[in-house]
Amino acid sequence: MNHAITANNLTKRFGDFTAVDAISFEVDKGEIFGFLGANGAGKTTAMRMLTGLSRPTEGEAMVAGYDVYREPEQIKRRIGYMSQKFSLYEDLKVRENIRFYGGIYGLPRKQVRQEADRLIEELGMSEFANSLVSGIPLGWRQKLAFSIAILHRPAIVFLDEPTGGVDPVTRRQFWEMIYKTANEGTTVFVTTHYMDEAEYCNRVSIMVEGRIAALDTPQAMKASFGVETMNEVFLRLTRPGGVKHIGT
Amino acid sequence: MIQTHNLRKSYGTTPALRGINLQVQPGELFGLIGPDGAGKTTLIRILATLLLADEGSAQLDHKDVVADYRAIRRSIGYMPGRFSLYQDLTVEENLTFFATIFGTTIEENYELIRDIYVQLEPFKDRRAGKLSGGMKQKLALCCALIHKPTVLLLDEPTTGVDPVSRQEFWEMLQRLKAKNITILVSTPYMDEASLCDRVALMQDGAILQVDEPDSIVNSYDKPLLAVKTANIYQLIQDLRQFEPAHTVFPFGEYVHLSLKSVVWPELIHGYLLDKGHTDIEIRQAAPTIEDIFMEKSQV
Repeated sequence: MNHAITANNLTKRFGDFTAVDAISFEVDKGEIFGFLGANGAGKTTAMRMLTGLSRPTEGEAMVAGYDVYREPEQIKRRIGYMSQKFSLYEDLKVRENIRFYGGIYGLPRKQVRQEADRLIEELGMSEFANSLVSGIPLGWRQKLAFSIAILHRPAIVFLDEPTGGVDPVTRRQFWEMIYKTANEGTTVFVTTHYMDEAEYCNRVSIMVEGRIAALDTPQAMKASFGVETMNEVFLRLTRPGGVKHIGT
Repeated sequence: MIQTHNLRKSYGTTPALRGINLQVQPGELFGLIGPDGAGKTTLIRILATLLLADEGSAQLDHKDVVADYRAIRRSIGYMPGRFSLYQDLTVEENLTFFATIFGTTIEENYELIRDIYVQLEPFKDRRAGKLSGGMKQKLALCCALIHKPTVLLLDEPTTGVDPVSRQEFWEMLQRLKAKNITILVSTPYMDEASLCDRVALMQDGAILQVDEPDSIVNSYDKPLLAVKTANIYQLIQDLRQFEPAHTVFPFGEYVHLSLKSVVWPELIHGYLLDKGHTDIEIRQAAPTIEDIFMEKSQV
């Protein structure tokens, strides 16, 4: 099995509303896969199905070698997850958060202690180790949250808008951590509203109204639309009328 | 239209504003650009008379934010970062509510909101809490406009919003500006700077630079190259070891390499070949607001 994720006609309906409409795609092992789309296009619903949190209405999906209908608990054990909105417990200290998640993922106590030391050292966070998470700057918090999401060496890490509101330097440091993780073999599945970040991905899919409207490398997508940036690709796909563009 | 003098504010021992001096001209579309924690919200809340500064002063339309707060509240429209309309009132009820509070009616100022409200009208009987993100944002803007303010204060209206809705929102702001409303808008998206008349780059409670977006971009004073090879991760590591490199940051599919002084591209090409890189591409790069921001915030 060379795919970390395969989805085949994956569908989710809420009443008569089809949030995700028969999407099919594959994500390779070790790939950085960008999952883009407008607000309300169905990204979150799709992600919830792939992480074993929501049962599909129709279709199939295998994640890390397990079936989303029959083996959601196996999936949860083999993935990491982090979002902009919720990632760490603000009223726990940095070291306590690491220990807490290490425990949740079932790592032995001694290993958790070692990992905590290693993480704090690698992130250069010694001065914050015993601070409450609520008191440390957002950029540090997001880098810590990411490190914790991959603490148990998951096969796949799902990142839901991990860099929202983060300053440009930290945003890039964050992406270097993603590169490093992917280089070490973990598959990265990431959503973002920063279109320059879409270009850091190996391949990108763009969802429009529940369907995947395009899926390719950023370079191929830009070439097929004859444009310079992913922002323009995104606007062409989701708003075919054409408009003057941000950042040009 | 908006003036601040040495505004300072701390929360406990954490400084949020470290002496802000700012002047926004009448009819200007002015952007406060900076990441979370830069102090944007604190500044806007002080201007909206919702928060008292520890030090310094601020005036809107020659009225003081402390002494004349009542008059200011009548003449500004404020859209907070968090959606704060009544979730269990319908679209129309929310708008009527805000119009009534300001002693006006939807009809009286309909002209000002028409462009935006027509998109909401099909949902006018829907509760605000049930609207999509983009629609909520449009309703909030309508409610902030319904009393025909002279100044609009918008706190991160496009945060977490997809590129299409962001684009539409900025087009709405351009139309409001044409109606002579002064707009102060904050955003963490640096690329939105180019849509403002002038911007202030903010970081850690201080203003790094204030200028027109083009002038800010043109103020970049180091040679800047866009470099790409088959292995971007390795490229970043190797360029960081390259002696003439000043900064190395990923930018889309390229890496932006700023240099301490001019270096022939052939020299860089050779260096990367020695490091085993393939598919090497090196070209001049036009600096962006983010290049400037990173340069200024690192010093």
